[in-house]
Amino acid sequence: MSLWEYANPTRFMALSGRVLPFVAALGLLALGTGLVWGFFFTPDDYRQGATVKIIYLHVPSAMIAINAWFMMLVASLIWLIRRHHVSALAARAAAPVGMVMTLIALATGAIWGQPMWGTWWAWDPRLTSFLILFLFYLGYLALWAAIDDPDSAADLTSVLCLVGSVFAVLSRYAVNFWSQGLHQGASLSLDTEENVADVFYQPLLVAIGGFVLLFLTLVLIGTRTEIRARRLKALLQQERME
Amino acid sequence: MMPDLGQYGGTVLGAYGVSVVLMVALVVWVLWRGRRVAAALAQAEARKAGRNV
Repeated sequence: MSLWEYANPTRFMALSGRVLPFVAALGLLALGTGLVWGFFFTPDDYRQGATVKIIYLHVPSAMIAINAWFMMLVASLIWLIRRHHVSALAARAAAPVGMVMTLIALATGAIWGQPMWGTWWAWDPRLTSFLILFLFYLGYLALWAAIDDPDSAADLTSVLCLVGSVFAVLSRYAVNFWSQGLHQGASLSLDTEENVADVFYQPLLVAIGGFVLLFLTLVLIGTRTEIRARRLKALLQQERME
Repeated sequence: MMPDLGQYGGTVLGAYGVSVVLMVALVVWVLWRGRRVAAALAQAEARKAGRNV
């Protein structure tokens, strides 16, 4: 069976209805385990003290904030190239989740930054690119809401998503190619020397898994809602024509 | 049970509080919108079925 067959709304609804309970349950379990482990059962950092516990929220939410936009980019490209409605609706469903994750990353970063850097905010490359990413999420959602024709809305929001991808890339790599700024390098790396210590790393991985599964759960629910909303809109238009 | 957060108690609890509130609000909104749209669609489908009888 081809992957593209799941672009059929009926097939997507059937499959997503079956997998949703498992993804949601696993997500809750991983998120709960990661956050409880990180908050209650990890030591303080020798330099940052107890504020290191914020890592279990800040890093996963920032990862989702960036990768949600990449997921939207892939879905938007599929819409633009193959015109599968489910992909455009999945991109729309991911946007509010990505926006809230960006907000959590910005808020926890500001709260963490205050005692560590002595300021809530700095026009640092990573912070600034994250703020712009948040504004792109707002603009993307506003554009979907502003256009009545769903296909035109999907076309225009897909183009906006392509443009916004520049800032998603900047948010991810800003710390690597701009050396100035307060934000430190990536907390997770394939280079084990750069990684946080194991005692923080293991619960962090579980928390990241929980955030990913929470994202998947909410996107699946949201996509199912968007498919129903599209059908509802068509039915209401039909009623008005009769 | 509560870990000693020292001088950073407000900072850590503030970060967790804001995040939990935002995540719960997001989940509630996604579920609420899903139910509202599903109910409206069921009503529209029922009206359509009624017209076709």
